[in-house]
Amino acid sequence: MKESAILFKNVSRVFSVRHNDIAGTVKAVDGISLDIRDGEFFSLLGPSGSGKTTSLRMIAGFDRPTSGSILLYGQDVSNLPPYERDVNTVFQDYALFPHMTVGENVAYGLMIKKVSKAERQKKADEMLDLVRLPGFADRKPAQLSGGQRQRVALARALINHPKVLLLDEPLGALDLKLRQQMQVELKSIQQRVGITFIFVTHDQEEALTMSDRIAVFNLGKIEQVGTPAEVYEHPATTFVASFVGTSNLVSGEVAKRITGSDTRFSIRPEKIRLGSMSDKIDADMVSADGVVRDVVYIGLFTRYLIELEGGGDLVVVEQNLNTTSMDVMKAKSQKVRLIWKKEHVRHVEG
Amino acid sequence: MLNRISTFFYLRPRLVLALMLIPPLLWFLVVYIGSLMTMLLNSFFYLDGFTGKVVREFTLKTYLKLLDPTNLQIFGRTTLMAVLVTFACILIAFPLSYYMARFTSGRFKTFLYLAVTIPLWSSYVVRVYSWKLILAKEGIITWFANLVHLNGLLDAYLKLPGVGGTSLSISPTGIFIVFVYIWLPYMIIPIQTALERVPKSLIEASSDLGARPSETFRTVILPLAFPGVIAGSIFTFSLTLGDFIVPQLYGTSSYYIGKAVLTYQGTSGNIPLAAAFTMGPIVIMIVYLLIAKKLGAFDAL
Repeated sequence: MKESAILFKNVSRVFSVRHNDIAGTVKAVDGISLDIRDGEFFSLLGPSGSGKTTSLRMIAGFDRPTSGSILLYGQDVSNLPPYERDVNTVFQDYALFPHMTVGENVAYGLMIKKVSKAERQKKADEMLDLVRLPGFADRKPAQLSGGQRQRVALARALINHPKVLLLDEPLGALDLKLRQQMQVELKSIQQRVGITFIFVTHDQEEALTMSDRIAVFNLGKIEQVGTPAEVYEHPATTFVASFVGTSNLVSGEVAKRITGSDTRFSIRPEKIRLGSMSDKIDADMVSADGVVRDVVYIGLFTRYLIELEGGGDLVVVEQNLNTTSMDVMKAKSQKVRLIWKKEHVRHVEG
Repeated sequence: MLNRISTFFYLRPRLVLALMLIPPLLWFLVVYIGSLMTMLLNSFFYLDGFTGKVVREFTLKTYLKLLDPTNLQIFGRTTLMAVLVTFACILIAFPLSYYMARFTSGRFKTFLYLAVTIPLWSSYVVRVYSWKLILAKEGIITWFANLVHLNGLLDAYLKLPGVGGTSLSISPTGIFIVFVYIWLPYMIIPIQTALERVPKSLIEASSDLGARPSETFRTVILPLAFPGVIAGSIFTFSLTLGDFIVPQLYGTSSYYIGKAVLTYQGTSGNIPLAAAFTMGPIVIMIVYLLIAKKLGAFDAL
């Protein structure tokens, strides 16, 4: 196993808040332990307020843990200021210096290190090549598009060759096409420079696309750590099952009718086949009968809402392999038999 | 009916714009530019020394008069005072503005903001006069100097040529102190506004890239606050150049531009010379702004 790049040891961060003269405390991060390994592309995934950004800010040094400690390649950095940590950040709002040119922005870290001007320019040009913005050095940040600013911010953060690069929802402000393009590019840049990337996002698809491993955050705690496949295929908790992708969560009476046990389980919409009432059920299959209540045609696939006999709903997604929008609409109000493999049923906690 | 009027204007945005702009434009053209032009015109006339009447003939005679050593001294003295007052205001205003912008929020920020601006609500003359009580021979400063047995030092300071006088309340130092006091809010507010617009993430980015706080201050905060400093200094500089009350109350026999203008147009009726004198600060301000532009004060705008 590779060495730890970042190690969280039972880290908590408590904020004191004051609202309408009522003082209180909020546990933004609540006793987290986490091991991020050298060279990983690691995502912190969770909804807003789940503690992922606070965790990132504590790695960067903008915030300090209330208790616990953070180790950077074995060194306790919990109380080191940002400028003494070998870690750099790509900010959500890019945070480019508006009074400097693109070249000066990228070379800023080297200027602080008192590297000579010629050397600085050479390195900055190399970095701009890496992020595919050659010849942009003399422009001002205000003259760039959002995607270009993003790349400048990345070049600026990489020029010092940090041990760990932190990315705080860097793609959030970009439109879908550009975001998907940047996802691929970030991943390839990471592989080229070989630096550990820690990526904060609330977009589960983004996390699944790019990461080697994902930590799913909720309410200041980590619900699950695993590879994208593990997190998606084997969600450890109800929260993970519902936050990462969409899931049908079935419990109580409905669960008992289907599986014979009332433990809560989740089943992904794409794992369910929409069959007819005459379809046979094999031994390794599970089934439930119902009526199609709603059909939503989404081009690539169609989403069906099925009301089960005896109560409960299930969402089913089918790719439009041979069907057109006209075909799928005919399914409405039809009686259907839903069939899926037993192995896709996940029993989840919480 | 009302609907139809609304629709009529809604479909003619240019007409609405014209209707809205005409009154302020008229005011601006007539009252501001008009009077400025009248003054410029007057400065090219001259006063007949015998009749004491203004001769309305184009001449540069009046401007030549400005080049008299006494008048040049007045310009030099006033400009130097304006520069010193401006620098003192920057030195005092910057830390306070920085504190207000970065470290306060909510009610406390509002309180500080009010504390800075409330003096502007009270009478200028009262505020200027009140310093007499502090600076006069029988005033608080002399009393305090006696208390701590530093009166010898105070007397020695007052004997210094150029800054001293019979007492602090009649000395260039007195003028300087009162100017710094009354113009300070005009420096604090623009600097604070400029600092307020520097996102916290820029400061974090700088320290993230290895800059210690002092380096961040020099390379990020100061350049971005610079337009605010310039805006504030335009106030303090031009207000000092033109003021005549403070030099009148606290001044020795040395003249300042404002006092000179007052004397020429009020006492001796030499309107052309007063007008020419007034063009002085305008030229000085233009030169000042050009220098500021060269220094990159407006780059971040």
